[in-house]
Amino acid sequence: MPRLRFNWRTWDAVVILAVVLVSVVGAAFIDGVASPRFWRFVVLEIIPIALIALPMTLIVITGEIDLSVASMLGLTCTVMGQLWHSGVTSLPALIAISLVLGAVLGALNGTFITVFGLPSLAVTIGTLALYRGLGYVVLGDRAIADYPTAWTSGIIKAIPGLTIPWFVLVVAALAIVFGVVLYATPIGRGLYAMGNNADAATFAGINVRRTKFWLYVVCGMVSALAGVFWTLRFASARADNGAGLELSVVAAVLLGGVSIFGGRGGLVGVLAAVLLLGVLRNALQLAYVPANTLTIVTGTLLIASVVGPNVVAATRRRLRQRRTAPPVAGVQ
Amino acid sequence: MRAGSTRVRLASLVAMAALALTTAACADNSSPSTNTPGGSTGQIKAGLKIAFLPKQVNNPYFDTSDNKGGKVAVGEFGGTYSETGPSEASPSAQVSYINTLSQQKTDVIVVSANDKDAICGALNEARQAGAKVVTYDSDTQPTCRDLFINQATAEGIAASQIKLISDAVGPDGGEIAILSATANATNQNAWIAMMKTELAKPEYSKLKLVDTVYGDDDDQKSFTEAQGLLAKHPNLKGIISPTTVGVAAAARYLSGSTYKGKVQLTGLGTPNQMRAYVKDGTVKAFALWNPADLGYLAAYAGAALASGIITGKEGDKFKAGKLGEFTVGKDATVLLGNPFTFNSGNIDQFSF
Repeated sequence: MPRLRFNWRTWDAVVILAVVLVSVVGAAFIDGVASPRFWRFVVLEIIPIALIALPMTLIVITGEIDLSVASMLGLTCTVMGQLWHSGVTSLPALIAISLVLGAVLGALNGTFITVFGLPSLAVTIGTLALYRGLGYVVLGDRAIADYPTAWTSGIIKAIPGLTIPWFVLVVAALAIVFGVVLYATPIGRGLYAMGNNADAATFAGINVRRTKFWLYVVCGMVSALAGVFWTLRFASARADNGAGLELSVVAAVLLGGVSIFGGRGGLVGVLAAVLLLGVLRNALQLAYVPANTLTIVTGTLLIASVVGPNVVAATRRRLRQRRTAPPVAGVQ
Repeated sequence: MRAGSTRVRLASLVAMAALALTTAACADNSSPSTNTPGGSTGQIKAGLKIAFLPKQVNNPYFDTSDNKGGKVAVGEFGGTYSETGPSEASPSAQVSYINTLSQQKTDVIVVSANDKDAICGALNEARQAGAKVVTYDSDTQPTCRDLFINQATAEGIAASQIKLISDAVGPDGGEIAILSATANATNQNAWIAMMKTELAKPEYSKLKLVDTVYGDDDDQKSFTEAQGLLAKHPNLKGIISPTTVGVAAAARYLSGSTYKGKVQLTGLGTPNQMRAYVKDGTVKAFALWNPADLGYLAAYAGAALASGIITGKEGDKFKAGKLGEFTVGKDATVLLGNPFTFNSGNIDQFSF
């Protein structure tokens, strides 16, 4: 199948435009969207999704996927809860242990995928179940909920003068780090090469397996960080924390213009897509739209995001073929 | 990749972040919606927005309490009724709905908590924004709600359940087990604790509680847990399931198995769900209260709070439509009444 050369910068702009449009229309017609509290709740809700979408974007660009992210989040929650329950009272220690746990879980994914060469879809579906099950082993059906209010209210405290929680700055900082790596370093360029043609990338001197391994480790650590945020925000560590979140993350990544085949896409579109899905969900919920309809809306958006760019590219190609002489294959 | 497009992308990233922050950069000017008290006239204000947020929607018990009880009450005093909630009994899902209700400037949030602590943060934020919070069926920490409508005391429920299983199993006693809902549900844990206290009494010395399992108020999981109980404890003589989803699933399992009539079942169930099993002998008797009355009372209590008729302190009195007058007890709790026993003799008189 010939690779469609599509200008993905255009798709980023489409998603950003969609966010602005939804916000403006929502503010005009739905009572409450224009209020700062709405944005506070939207940001609180999308922080874990945005966090995990960062390494997920890089992983999908290389042509792989990681579906175990929500289970890593859940397992981190349960371990953190159990440790707290057993007497570990230092927050830095809990965060450090959680990040190490995330790295270990990610490394396990990475080992199966890069060392044993198994398909990432199969491996991460397996670890999705494995890690979630381990979460139930750690905590069973219980929930640990007695964290100090200093922690639980501190994690959601607003930036002074605004209503947006301060944790969004952590997300922004990580986004800038990932952005710099992706857009401005050889490693980032190498990711696109890997996604387009892993063999060619290897011959060009890129260590594909090592890069992918470390991507999975980083993904595990970021999922663990999201788990720490989740536990403290809901003041509740449960084995089912975050169940199903991986689908929201993948939906946002695909809606953001990252090709599921790899080799294309970027962070700007993904972050805009995370925001778009969050704003849309919350605005429609405010407008008394029932939960089932919301799922239909999200699903339709996802299909549009996969079909849309391909339809646009095919149309452009057909227009170009009409204008020019017999086409030279693949040249834009 | 051209350096120009890299710069454009980095710039877009920063611009997006700035856009997101600026859109909400208005300082927190939102003033909480003030609820001017209705004052000494004791009249419920018109047009109050009352929202019911059960543990999960698609649960027949809550469907009765909210739509056949709460909705009727709200209609009587001229308020606006709505029911919303998650499709699975998860606390984090409830938080999202609490936030939405608070933004919709709901006057009263009537909630049955999936977890005693997890929804507290969101509830307190909602109260600060002007909503009154009434818990029903399953309580939160007393600090995050204004009133708790208790369907029956934990002691009353426990005593009734133990007596029912003891009567069903017979004077020889035996091993019994409990099939509960979710492991963190406040009401369930309170009842189970009291049942253990009740079992310590001398008249129940022949009954031995051997296991407690959790069906998470999910029909399939409850069914599987019931199967597991019989597999793990072959000498089991009785099961108590103090949750309408659990007792219906357990009854369905028992009535289709070889244990029908040999392993007794009781619990808290609705007459419509349990009618077939009472008639075919799987269940001799079970208990409940009228959940429609619970929803009805919760709506009136919330309206009384929002209208300033009561503040939730001990001794406050308010009128709840056709149910009569109620007094607020300790810990801002209002009691509906005693559990009611259903058996083959009276089950046909009820339809919910």
